Amino acid sequence: MIGLEHYLILSVIIFCIGLLGLLRRKNLLMLFFSTEIMLNAINLAFVSVSSYLGDITGQTVAFFVIAIAASEVAIGIALILLWFKKTRTIDLDSLKYIKG
Amino acid sequence: MYEIIAFYLFSSIILALFYIVVTTKQPVFAITALASGLIFIGGLFFLLDAEFLGVIQIAVYSGGIMALYAFGFMFFDASKDIEERTSANKLPFVLFVLVCVILNFLLISPKIALPKPIVEIDTNITNAHQLGLELFSKYLLAFELAAILLLVAMIGGIMLLSSKMDKSWTTTPDDEIKADS
Repeated sequence: MIGLEHYLILSVIIFCIGLLGLLRRKNLLMLFFSTEIMLNAINLAFVSVSSYLGDITGQTVAFFVIAIAASEVAIGIALILLWFKKTRTIDLDSLKYIKG
Repeated sequence: MYEIIAFYLFSSIILALFYIVVTTKQPVFAITALASGLIFIGGLFFLLDAEFLGVIQIAVYSGGIMALYAFGFMFFDASKDIEERTSANKLPFVLFVLVCVILNFLLISPKIALPKPIVEIDTNITNAHQLGLELFSKYLLAFELAAILLLVAMIGGIMLLSSKMDKSWTTTPDDEIKADS
């Protein structure tokens, strides 16, 4: 039988894959993909706990996480595009030369 | 039995796809693998009796957010690939395994008695019905704030990317606008 532990372990592994992506990638767009993966791991944990506890609150929180992820993507894509217009690159290292 | 098969099938596919996302050099592979992995996470939601969130996952994530990424993608030069870090290539993998083990211990080892549910799942009404009742009674303020957050994000995205937003189009004469553009 599939228990709560199975889902929690799966969500931890997915979260760590996202973390690995954050550490490894240098493409700014790929960093956003990694954050999407991490947010989805959290969502999976919320929904599985909600389902095994018999409590709907976890699903409500997951719903809000999806809303926040959507707004984060909208702003993030706009900022990356702005940076790309300015420097013609989306390499993470180009942010080293940023000046305030 | 079907639950076990579905769980292991979905989870292995999800892990493989997400691993492709973080390791591939082709951005198009990454976006395709991410979209399909998100659909399979929606499948896991269906397995957990959260049908509404499963549909939201497929519609909003794989439909909306991935379309946004795909549109954003067209503006970048995807043919020029970016050099990945090679000098410290082993460190992220070591950290990955360590964090994985520690988080698993944190989540799994203590056998705490599960707390009493705050709002119990009612099996007589559908999942979407109960989620709606919950959202529009107990979490109404948070729901409205999420709506405002989305509006702010939309206006912010438009403001960041369009030029000449500081000009009023109603007060400047037409020929001036035409001369500018």
